[in-house]
Amino acid sequence: MINANVKKGGSFLQRLRKEMRTHPTLYLLMIPFVLYYILFDYVPMYGVAIAFQDYNVVKGIGGSDWVGIHHFEKFLNSYYFDRLVGNTLAISLLSLIFSFPMPILLALSLNEVRSNSFRRTIQTLSYLPHFISTVVVCGIIRIFFDKDGIMTQVLTLFGIPNRNLLVYPQYFRGIYIGTGIWQSMGWSSIIYIAALSGVSPELYEAATIDGAGRFQKMWHVSIPAILPTIVTMFILNCGRLMSVGYEKIMLLYNENTYKTADVISTYVYRYGLGGSFEYSYTTAISIFTSIVNVVLLTCSNFLSNKLSGYGLW
Amino acid sequence: MKITRGDRAFGIINGLFLILIAAACLYPIIHVINGSFSDPLLLQSHTGLLLTPDGFTTKAYEVVFKRGDIYTGYCNTIFLVLCGTAINLVMTSCGAFLLSRQKFIPKNFLMLMVVITMYFSGGLIPTFLLYKNTYHIYNSYLALLLPGAISSWNLIVMRTSFQGIPRELEESAYIDGANDFVVLIRVILPLSTATIAVMALFYGVSHWNSWFAAMIYLKDRSKYPLQLFLREMLVLQDGAGVTTEEEMLAENLKYATIVVATVPILFIYPFIQRYFVKGVMVGALKG
Repeated sequence: MINANVKKGGSFLQRLRKEMRTHPTLYLLMIPFVLYYILFDYVPMYGVAIAFQDYNVVKGIGGSDWVGIHHFEKFLNSYYFDRLVGNTLAISLLSLIFSFPMPILLALSLNEVRSNSFRRTIQTLSYLPHFISTVVVCGIIRIFFDKDGIMTQVLTLFGIPNRNLLVYPQYFRGIYIGTGIWQSMGWSSIIYIAALSGVSPELYEAATIDGAGRFQKMWHVSIPAILPTIVTMFILNCGRLMSVGYEKIMLLYNENTYKTADVISTYVYRYGLGGSFEYSYTTAISIFTSIVNVVLLTCSNFLSNKLSGYGLW
Repeated sequence: MKITRGDRAFGIINGLFLILIAAACLYPIIHVINGSFSDPLLLQSHTGLLLTPDGFTTKAYEVVFKRGDIYTGYCNTIFLVLCGTAINLVMTSCGAFLLSRQKFIPKNFLMLMVVITMYFSGGLIPTFLLYKNTYHIYNSYLALLLPGAISSWNLIVMRTSFQGIPRELEESAYIDGANDFVVLIRVILPLSTATIAVMALFYGVSHWNSWFAAMIYLKDRSKYPLQLFLREMLVLQDGAGVTTEEEMLAENLKYATIVVATVPILFIYPFIQRYFVKGVMVGALKG
């Protein structure tokens, strides 16, 4: 028994003590690392307790009164609940339908290009919008979709009147999603390009011998090869259905377009920090969103496992 | 190999499709640059694409450079990018080093601690209250520099890259009497310059582009980064017309402001973009 213990290096604590003596610097480096995560990630998590309180800045988390799930009920019965959840889901689902397939299409298309320099040029140009800051992108959008703006001029060809399109709620989602495709299409295609570069050339040769044309090879070889990547990305996107980022919407919307543009995260910002300061209520809304996201992620993963055999877990 | 007519048609359509996408990605930038040099009156009545400047004037740039805001913003942003990226790199490489040690006992515990934060967070409001009322970093650059010091995603990418370094190299250093810190500085980091460059670029660009944290945590205008001044000029539009001359130039001013604020990124972009792609590939394939 004693011998066996010595061979394994003793109990856990003994091993730890020994390692701390032989590798002191590792444990020294660990201090700022752990401290960072505790201070900036875990302490804020403790702060979500205010969702169950009537939080008062002076009294703090320790002294504020507990109100249970009052704020959650308030949100579920709120006048804005339908509008916020509806707008959030509409923007997410439209993105899933229109934005999600575009990078896949681009990757497949690039995969068919024979000339390396042509492919590299297209790739370089398509990543470019990703590096322009959100503020500048939204500034450009505001100019282009203004009355007489270049995009408004293009859209008048399709019967849309020439006026500042960002003031009208019916155009907001189209503009948001269309410009979103412009921003992210190239950059998001990288992951699919990486997956496609791993496909064995022998598969394409075999398909050629079997008489497949280029389109058939794309359909029967390339797409099945990247299907696991597509499914993974799809599930991850489903797990974010309830969270539409606030940055771009905040820079594009205004009182006129709240009807279609105001999503949960922008509402949380406005009622939590920008103007009113309903800390507890808005924190409760954030928690509600996170819970729905986890449920959606789990459901879509389950469905995907059933339907396609792939899943995150 | 015989090329059928169908295959050739497919190739042509495919090529045209890609050219169209590339043009769509590039055109807005060309439009903005040409617009900034165009004559204000001609620009207002201009219809259709703007492939060359309509008329020529540099008045808009003269006005933009006369405003102090751009300088203040530029200086603050450069400071934030340099300091922020330095903090990011030190913290991330130390963390990645710890997580890449094979026999380090708390390794799995640390990994769990990192992964949890990728799925759960305190959310906007509790975080804001904590920073303001408990940490007292409101209206301080610390609120912009410290909270994002480690991006868990980048940390894991970097760890993967550290793990790829042949162990023999470290072992020979240990035999020569080096401690862990020396191994990190003298062996691991010099062998990971490519990864570190990618991380520096990722972090640098995100500091350059960030505006939301600055908006909620900073109070003094003199501390504003460039993006907040841009927001005022492009989105809130209260900086548009101060004099009649500026009012007439309003559109040009916006274009010129965008150009001035985006030029650094556009200039370094062609040189760095392949590193970006390499960084994403590492994460995509191994992460």
